[in-house]
Amino acid sequence: MSAAPPEVELTIDGVVVRAPAGSTIWEAARAAGIEIPVLCHDPRYRPVGVCRMCVVDVGGRVLAASCVRPCEPGMKVTASGPEIEAHRKLLTALLLADQPQAPSQQRPEGSDLVALGRRYGLVGEGASADLLGLPRGTGRPQDPSSPVIGVDHQACILCDRCVRACDELQSNEVITRSGKGYGAKIAFDLDLPMGSSSCVSCGECMDACPTDALVNKPLAPRRRRPLPLAPAPEPKPAPPQPTALRQVPTLCPYCGVGCSVTAHVDEANNKVAWIDGRDSRVSDRRLCVKGRYGFDYATHPQRLTQPLIRREDSYPKGPLSSALRVKEGKRPGGLVDYAEVMPHFREASWDEALDLVARRLLEIRERHGSSALAGFGSAKGSNEEAYLFQKLVRVGFGTNNVDHCTRLCHASSVAALMETIGSGAVSTTFRDIENSDVALLVGTNATSNHPVAATFFKQAAKRGCKLLVIDPHRPQLADFAHRYVRIRPGTDVAFFNGVLHEIIRRGLYDRNFVAERTEGFERLKATVEHYSPKVAAQLCGLDEQEIVDVAVTWGSARAAICFWGMGVSQHVHGTDNARCLISLVLLTGQVGRPGTGLHPLRGQNNVQGASDAGLIPMVFPDYQSVKDPAIRGRFEAAWGTQLDAQPGLTVVEIMHAALLKDIRGMYVQGENPFVSDPNTEKVRKALAALDFLVVQDIFMTETAEFADVVLPASSFFEKTGTYTNTDRRVQIGRPVLKLPGAARLDWDIMCEIGRRMGAPGFEFTRIEDVFAEFAALTESYRGLSYESLGLEGKLWPCKDPVHEDGQVVLFERDFPSGRGKFVPAEFAPPNELPSPEFPFVLTTGRLLEHWHTGTMTRRASALETIESEPYADMRPADMAALGLLEGDEIAVTSRRGSITLKVRASEAPGAGSIFIPFCWREAAANVLTSDALDPFGKIPEFKFSAVRVEKLRAPTLADLDGAAE
Amino acid sequence: MTHIVYVPIDATARSVGADDVAAAIAREAAARGEPVQIVRNGTRGLCWLEPLVEVVTPAGRVAYGPVDVADVASLFAADFLRGGAHPLAHGRTDDITWLKGQERLTFARVGLTDPLSLADYKEHGGLRGLRAALSAKTGSDIVEELVRSGLRGRGGAAFPAGIKWRTVAGAPGPQKYVCCNADEGDSGTFSDRMLMEGDPYVLLEGMTIAGLAVGADQGYIYLRSEYPDAERTLMAAIEAARAAGWLGRDVLGSGRAFDIELRRGAGAYICGEETAMLESLEGKRGMVRPKPPLPAISGLFGKPTVINNVITLASVPIILDRGAQFYADYGMGRSRGTLPFQLAGNIKRGGLVEKAFGLTLRELVYDYGGGTASGRPVRAVQVGGPLGPYLPESKFDVPLDYEVFAAAGGMIGHGGLVVFDDTVDMALMARYAMEFCAIESCGKCTPCRIGSTRGVEVIDRIRNNERRGPNLALLRDLCDTMTHGSLCAMGGLTPAPVLSALEHFPEDFQR
Repeated sequence: MSAAPPEVELTIDGVVVRAPAGSTIWEAARAAGIEIPVLCHDPRYRPVGVCRMCVVDVGGRVLAASCVRPCEPGMKVTASGPEIEAHRKLLTALLLADQPQAPSQQRPEGSDLVALGRRYGLVGEGASADLLGLPRGTGRPQDPSSPVIGVDHQACILCDRCVRACDELQSNEVITRSGKGYGAKIAFDLDLPMGSSSCVSCGECMDACPTDALVNKPLAPRRRRPLPLAPAPEPKPAPPQPTALRQVPTLCPYCGVGCSVTAHVDEANNKVAWIDGRDSRVSDRRLCVKGRYGFDYATHPQRLTQPLIRREDSYPKGPLSSALRVKEGKRPGGLVDYAEVMPHFREASWDEALDLVARRLLEIRERHGSSALAGFGSAKGSNEEAYLFQKLVRVGFGTNNVDHCTRLCHASSVAALMETIGSGAVSTTFRDIENSDVALLVGTNATSNHPVAATFFKQAAKRGCKLLVIDPHRPQLADFAHRYVRIRPGTDVAFFNGVLHEIIRRGLYDRNFVAERTEGFERLKATVEHYSPKVAAQLCGLDEQEIVDVAVTWGSARAAICFWGMGVSQHVHGTDNARCLISLVLLTGQVGRPGTGLHPLRGQNNVQGASDAGLIPMVFPDYQSVKDPAIRGRFEAAWGTQLDAQPGLTVVEIMHAALLKDIRGMYVQGENPFVSDPNTEKVRKALAALDFLVVQDIFMTETAEFADVVLPASSFFEKTGTYTNTDRRVQIGRPVLKLPGAARLDWDIMCEIGRRMGAPGFEFTRIEDVFAEFAALTESYRGLSYESLGLEGKLWPCKDPVHEDGQVVLFERDFPSGRGKFVPAEFAPPNELPSPEFPFVLTTGRLLEHWHTGTMTRRASALETIESEPYADMRPADMAALGLLEGDEIAVTSRRGSITLKVRASEAPGAGSIFIPFCWREAAANVLTSDALDPFGKIPEFKFSAVRVEKLRAPTLADLDGAAE
Repeated sequence: MTHIVYVPIDATARSVGADDVAAAIAREAAARGEPVQIVRNGTRGLCWLEPLVEVVTPAGRVAYGPVDVADVASLFAADFLRGGAHPLAHGRTDDITWLKGQERLTFARVGLTDPLSLADYKEHGGLRGLRAALSAKTGSDIVEELVRSGLRGRGGAAFPAGIKWRTVAGAPGPQKYVCCNADEGDSGTFSDRMLMEGDPYVLLEGMTIAGLAVGADQGYIYLRSEYPDAERTLMAAIEAARAAGWLGRDVLGSGRAFDIELRRGAGAYICGEETAMLESLEGKRGMVRPKPPLPAISGLFGKPTVINNVITLASVPIILDRGAQFYADYGMGRSRGTLPFQLAGNIKRGGLVEKAFGLTLRELVYDYGGGTASGRPVRAVQVGGPLGPYLPESKFDVPLDYEVFAAAGGMIGHGGLVVFDDTVDMALMARYAMEFCAIESCGKCTPCRIGSTRGVEVIDRIRNNERRGPNLALLRDLCDTMTHGSLCAMGGLTPAPVLSALEHFPEDFQR
């Protein structure tokens, strides 16, 4: 007999109710359809019972808060009636009497408190204004210091929802209370102004607030950040008109987590008023600062609205803005200077521009062959756009020279995964960590780069899942780690070989799994034999015990999961690094079950989908090799043309080829290689050397300064499309805004170019048809349709999209390659080691607030307000050795170039390391990086360059004055 | 022969110059070549006589007080070292009427001994309770002994201590705790402090017995920050008890472990509420937790926890030593044993009176206290701290028994009495009750945090004659919602003094 969960029986308002043991009275009542009003309670948070609105009579001396009181057998509960309602009315009146006289009512449906006020006849029509004659509270302050959230302590009812949202959902632990008695109030850190606190502006507190105490500020054009000690007083913003807003369920345009959002759209002004998280299996309504507050780039005045053609007198080509012409040092400004750049272009009609593009590309193909053409697609576009782009390059250009930014992020991971198990995608979702007891996080700064995923990692840690964090650059997640191990940069292979060695030595590996589902164990064993923890510890700069600890913790896990990021992949031995992680998972059989598996955290919102759609030079959609004649035959039949059998060039190879004039014509859609690719000086020369460059984007990017034609395209918020997140979940993004000016949808532009080049198969009229064609050519997406994707999307593979959500855990019985292959790796040093001349190790990466090359986020007013100028992170001890103080301007120089920027003190970089985000065009980190590549993934070594650091000058009073403006 | 002179080290005595008096006596004795040994004892609880100097004579200890430094020379001149006559002399201490009628069980040693002398402690019956507990067969034998004694929580709520221990003992889990609530914040109360300063070992012994009874190996004392003397004394006592082997891994060679740590509060009244105290002990903001779960099931760090007040725990050793029946023979009704009452406010003879339950306010205020210090008629007495009702003379003959006193509208609470004469404005005192809550509330729940603030303002309106009728009705509504809707007793009991003032002294709201 199966044990049914024990139940208790109780009576609520005379109704006999059965509820699972451990339920609260409020839960039992709700399940039975009995409504009990609440204010402080939300089922997403631990109940606290502070507002007392939900009090009920359980026969005790006093009333009980039903949200926290557990049901007891035989309990007789009175949940309504005149006496209890009178208490609730007075409580509501007490809270209302403490409110500002004219609440702003930003929330379209009115705040929860106001709704209660209506229920008890205290507000709204016919309500007497005197709130039962209660005296009014006054005098509690506002805090305008946060760039995105307005705080009004007068409106705060101390329900603690924000505290719990911050603590329990986001695990940022910024909000608390200070003071006692009537003077109690919510506080940020140790009662700092919100804008000066450790708040990361995710807005979860604002979302939680049932009054107008925490509200979204209307996003203002960028202002300099006020000095923390003297926040400028700010008039209470005028509330937007809620009735004018339309709600659109869509997605966040930023990272690979793929959070679901609701956009509140002001249609009259063609603007997003604000964005809320939406219920979903991915993000549970949570968002980060980018997703919630980073949307107004789409309506930035610098949007391109007309096709542009380079003027005759602006040749020979080269960078146009003085900022880009400066070869070394810090260049002015965070955005391309339109006043300087635009005069070099003239506006053109779409017909003229498209004809020119088609003609020039065809000319190059005629004269130099198909292989002289190349295209960079975008991981920020939809699956349909990625599919059409690669189809255009393959069918229209006649080459496989098509790639995108996956080359710069996880190409090595995918190479290793394809080689070892035959699939490049994650084996399980990131929220599967809820079922893990150990999680390995390697080279991932998830709180910045996958912030909402990080909230689930932190929750898992608090539940008891042991996080093993391995990273030379200490990520914030290390605060939640069971063990944080700071290896020497570039020694991942040595470290994991040490771990593998120890797991084998202790017999902690899964013999059955190894025997039944893998091959090559003996080779692996022979290789890692030489990496005893002692040897590995020496190579990695560790204590032997640190390696043993990780080995024992991982080796003893019931369900262990492995996440990794670009700290693993962006090395010349990135593929080796990933091979080691895969070996670890295979060796211990930690794949194919809930809570186990391999999860390379994908960077951009659609990098998984763009790869699935074939924006990769070696494969057609769904990773089908271009070299395989049978596969090629299928695609030739489907696309109605002959296809190139040669794998194409990758991103960095294409730039090399351009320099050598092997590549002469390029189509760049939604990418910005001038800032994102390594060794900027080389990229500058390569872009200038192209005979013809067409750039399709929403802004005049640094890359577009080199273009012959610039085509104004669509932002995420203006189009329909499907996007595949890091979990393999295919979700629909829906249009929110109207296209500005003459800008057109990206897929529409691609089809136009295809048709004008005379390529077959570009006669689409609906995006759904593009998806259908793409899906039909794949295994993974087959069966999916817009209709079945609905509001939540589906995980691929999904056998029955009508009834199922898709498969969370892959490889339960076997791998696409059959057996999993151990590919052992030997430790090798990074490409460029520090020397007396260049003694520091430069690591590049991203920030929470800025994304990729900053084209979007630096035009998002809130994000640019929070992080507005370039900086580098260094350890205080290293700074002291160089005589540096926080805020000093430094020059960072590598063998390839030099930039200047400010320095900040941080314990995150290791000793002798310096960290620079690559989003700053005016101090572009890629001026410094090397274009040495991993031989398998062709990924550059962004995580390791040798540099020199010199002090230029200390900030002056004038700098500070400028900052205060 | 060396003369033994007792000069109290209790904070009350020190606050009126006991340290200077002790030094002056030492100086004078040295000058006169009289061999003197000064013992700093606890207080006898006759606060109006402090510093109360006692001298050991063949006839017993003889008392002089209140002694000022200026009196020392004349005391020597009167040969007080041999019990000589002097205007400040009160004869044999034991014969002082105030002390003679008392029934000192919990305070048996306080004032008699050097608080930190283990020898004194043992000589006066110390450790006998613990030894009895160790010889008991099981923890539940101890628990049942306590149940039979009828001891109830002395912190205010008067919950049967034995039942609470039984719950903790029966709760599953290997880790349990004993927490002593020494956050004595009620106005007019000082018995915890006097005990901790005057006989710290009895508290440690009581806690150890509790640990043995319920299976806890760790105890915590949560001491209010305003008691630095008690902190010093307790710290020294804990060290001494560890050194003597009756705290630590092997209590008195029994093989059983029990140790005690002292934690100091930070000045919040609410941290005397047991769940707020647990939060504070855990290092968090002192805010009230909802109950259930009861701390006995899920208390400190989520483990089953005995929480008792100082006096409750200090009453345990004598119960184990003399037996439950001995203790239960004192008192009346369901209020068994004795309670150390504390007389304060406008009173002629303030101090501590330990008596069996059943005596009356009249006996305490007049027979012991001697009426008001001002000499004016007594108008009201607040019993049980700032959340206790104000009682008029008509209630002075109600026996002090938890149930009987409550039925008459009173609350014994922690046994503190604050006396007011006829110049008091009871509307102002009602306002004070609300204001106390508005300041000292943890701020967690709505009725306590906002209701009390609005309560102050409504009383102000009433006192200013603004719309008296509606405002009085509103005040009663506020009190009703605070009583029934608050998260803990702080908000729940704040209306008690307010409503009692309205009931017994309505004329003060009509001026």
